[in-house]
Amino acid sequence: MPNHHLQSTIHHLRYVILALGLLCFGMDTYAAKIGDISETTVSEQALRFFTFQDPAVRYALLGSILLGISCGVMGSFIVVRKLALVGDALSHAVLPGVALGFLWNTTKDPVAIFVGATVAGLLGTAVVGAIKHTTKLKEDAALGLVLAAFFSIGICMVTMIQRLPTGNKSGIDKFLFGQAAALGPNDVKLMAIITVLTLVVIGLFYKQFLVTSFDAGFARVTGVPVQVMHYALMLMLAFAVVIALQAVGVVLVSAMLITPAAAAYLLTDRLHRMLILAAIFGMVSGAAGAFLSFLGPSLPTGPFMVLGASTVFGAAFLFAPQHGVIMRWWRRTSRSRRIQRENTLKSVYHVLEARDFKPEGVTATELAERRRETMEDILGQVRELKRHDLATLQDDDHTVFLTPEGWQRACAIVRNHRLWELYLTNAAQMSADHVHEDAEKIEHVLGEDVVRQLEKRLNYATHDPHGKLIPGQADIQRGSTPPERTQDAVGYGKRT
Amino acid sequence: MSELIPPFDWQQHVIAPWVDGFGANFLIALMGFFVATACGLVGNYLMMRRMALVGDAISHSVLPGIAVAFLWSKSRGTWPMFIGALIAGIVTTILIEVIHKKSRVKQDAAIGIAFTSLFAIGVILISVFASQIDLDQECVLYGEIGYIGAELPPDFKAAVQADGFWQVIPVDVSRMGLVTLATVLLVTLFYKQLLVSSFDAGLATSLGINSTFVHYALMCWLSIVVVSAFESVGAVLVVAMLILPGATAFMLSHRLPVIHALTVLVAALSSVLGVHLATWLDCSMAGAMVVMASVLFTLAWVFSPLDGLLVRFIRQRKTHLEPSEEIVEATK
Repeated sequence: MPNHHLQSTIHHLRYVILALGLLCFGMDTYAAKIGDISETTVSEQALRFFTFQDPAVRYALLGSILLGISCGVMGSFIVVRKLALVGDALSHAVLPGVALGFLWNTTKDPVAIFVGATVAGLLGTAVVGAIKHTTKLKEDAALGLVLAAFFSIGICMVTMIQRLPTGNKSGIDKFLFGQAAALGPNDVKLMAIITVLTLVVIGLFYKQFLVTSFDAGFARVTGVPVQVMHYALMLMLAFAVVIALQAVGVVLVSAMLITPAAAAYLLTDRLHRMLILAAIFGMVSGAAGAFLSFLGPSLPTGPFMVLGASTVFGAAFLFAPQHGVIMRWWRRTSRSRRIQRENTLKSVYHVLEARDFKPEGVTATELAERRRETMEDILGQVRELKRHDLATLQDDDHTVFLTPEGWQRACAIVRNHRLWELYLTNAAQMSADHVHEDAEKIEHVLGEDVVRQLEKRLNYATHDPHGKLIPGQADIQRGSTPPERTQDAVGYGKRT
Repeated sequence: MSELIPPFDWQQHVIAPWVDGFGANFLIALMGFFVATACGLVGNYLMMRRMALVGDAISHSVLPGIAVAFLWSKSRGTWPMFIGALIAGIVTTILIEVIHKKSRVKQDAAIGIAFTSLFAIGVILISVFASQIDLDQECVLYGEIGYIGAELPPDFKAAVQADGFWQVIPVDVSRMGLVTLATVLLVTLFYKQLLVSSFDAGLATSLGINSTFVHYALMCWLSIVVVSAFESVGAVLVVAMLILPGATAFMLSHRLPVIHALTVLVAALSSVLGVHLATWLDCSMAGAMVVMASVLFTLAWVFSPLDGLLVRFIRQRKTHLEPSEEIVEATK
C-alpha cells in the first residue's frame, strides 16, 4: 500500500529530524527532558516544532507558508506599480472589518472575519481614491488619513469587544501583532483556498496583469479592461492581507507584502521570476517567523516574520548580482581602475611617440611630467601596470618597458582617441580644439566593431585633426615597440 | 448589541465627565490637546512637503529607540528616551534614503521596508525583555492616555490649590506641554524658513536657507514630538494626529497661518469630544479622540465652503444647467 509506505517514510524522516535537533541542542535538551517537564525551554520548543508532532505546529507552519506565498505574489504587483503604501493603508483599514466580523456571532469565525475585513479594506482604498479625486490633498496624506481613521475606529471597536464578557478570551487582540500558533484547521483551509484561487487567477490572466502593471496606456489600446484589472488586483490584495492577518497581525502585514517583493525586485528583471522569488522569500520568512515565535511563551509572530523578510531584503540589497550594492561598487571600482591603467598606458605611448619610438624604457620622471602628477602617484600607477602584466619595471620601478600586451592596449587606446577626434571634426563639424575632452571619455568604451566602422567611415585615415599619426592595425599587432621607427612606418591603409 | 453600545445619556456622558471625574478627564483632554497640537503643527509641514508617510514611518520606528533607551538607562527618564527616539528617527531617515538611492527600490517601498523592520525589532525587544521594559504591545499601538488620571490625588482641585497645577499633574503631561510650547515657538520663530523651504527649495537656497538642514531639523523635531506623544497615543494614532487635524484645516483654508490656527482648534475639539465618546462607549480614549478627528475631517470634506463635496456638487449642477455669462457672450 502506497499510503503505508508514505507513513513509514514520514516516520523515518521524523527520527532523522529529531536526531538533527538533538545534535543542534545537545545536552541542554537532555537536561531539560529529565528535569522539570512542565516548564518548557527554548530547545524543547524547537524540538517540538521540528518534529511536527503538535497539530498546532503543523497548522502554524502551513499557514505561514501559505500567507508567505500569497503576500509575496500580490506584493510583487504593488511594488512594481509603486503602490507599496496602498498595501500599508489597506492593511490598517481592515481592522474595523475584523471587529465587525467578530461581532457577527462573537466567535472567531474565519469566514465572517474574512468577509468583514475584505469589505473594510476595499472601502478604505475606495475612500483613498475619493479623497484624492475630490480634494487638493496629495496621495500620501490621503493614505495616511484613511489608515489612521479606519484604524482608530477599529481600535475603539476592539477595546469595546474586549470589555464584553466573552471578549477577553476571544483572541481578537492577537490580530494586532499576529499569533501563528492560534491558527486552527478552518483558518488554514480558508487560507489554502484563497491562495490557490489567487494563484489561479494570476496564472490565467498573467499577460493582462503584466501589461496593465507596466504600461496601462498600451493595455487600454490593446483592449485590456484596465479598470477591471485594477479592481481585481485590489480585491486579491485585500484577500492576501486578510488571510495573513491572524498570523502576522494588522500592523505588519504591509511588510510581508512589500519586503519579500522588493528583495525579489532586486534579483530579477522579469515579472514571472519576481513573483516566484517573492513567493519563496515570503514562505521562508513566514516559516522562520512561525518557528522563532514558537520558541517563547508570548512572542508575537508578525515581528519575527518581518525580521526574516528584512534579513532576506538586506542580503539582496547587498549581494544581488545585478543590482546589489556590493556588486555595483565592485563594477564601478574595477571600471575606474581600468580607465586609470589605460590612461597610464596612453601617457607611456605619448612619451614614446615624442622621441620617435626609440626602444628605451620610459622613466617615471617623464611620465610624471607628462601627466602632471607626483612621483608617488606615478610609481603606484606603473606598479599597477606591472600587476596586470602590461609592463615590466627596472631601476627600482623607475623605468617602464611595455610588454607586448601593454603595447597593444596603449596603441588601441590612442587609436580610439584619435579616431574619435577625427570623426567628430569630420562628421560633427566640431573644431579641432574642442574634440579632445570628448575623446578622453569615449576612448575607454569604444568596442572593436565600432572602431572598425569608424576606420571605414574615415577612409582609413592616418592622421588625426592635430596632425598626429593614428596607430593602425599593423602597429597594434606587432605587439612591441619597433626597433627603428620613422613616421612613414606608422599607420596603414591609404597613404596621402 | 445593547451591551456593546450603551444608550446615550446626556447627563451621564456629557455633564458627568466634567463634574465627577473632573481632574482625570480634564488632564486626559489636555494631554490629547497637547499631542494633537504638537503633532498637527509638525504635520502641516509634513503634508506640504508630501512627506505624510515619512511621518508614519518615524512614528513607528521610534519604538526600538525607546526600547533600547529603557534597557540601557533602566528608567523612564525623559532624556534617554529623547536621545533614543532622535537616533531612531535619524536612522529611519537615512535608511529610507540609502535604500532608495542605492538600489532601484522606489521611495514608497523603501519607506515600507525601513519602518516595518525597525518597528518589528522594537516589538520583539519589548516582548523579549518584557520584565525590563515598562511598555506592552497594545500600548505601543494605541497608547494608554486613559491611565493618566489613575495616579491623581482623589481631590484634584484641592491638591491644585495646595501645591500648584504643575506639581500635581503627571510628568508625561507636563513634558508634552513643554514640547507643544516649544513646537509653537519653533514654528513661529522659523516660520519663514519652514514655509519657503517647503514650497520652493530652489528659492530657499537662493535666500540662503539650507533646505537639507531644515529637512533634517524637521525630522529631528518630529522624532521628539512623536516620542513624547508615543506613550499616550501609540504609534498608529500618532500618525493620525500628524495628519488628521492638518488635513481638516487644509480643507477649510489655503493660508498657512489660518491653517495653523484651525489645526489647533481641531486638536482641541477632537480631544474634548474624544473624551465624551470614550466615556459613552467605554473604549480606548486615544482611539476615540482620533475617531472624533476623523469625524471632523469628514464634516470639513463634505461641508467645506472652499471646495467641499457639497459645494462642488452645487457648482457642477450650476455649470451643467446654465452656462456662465462669459460663455454666453462668447458664443454670440
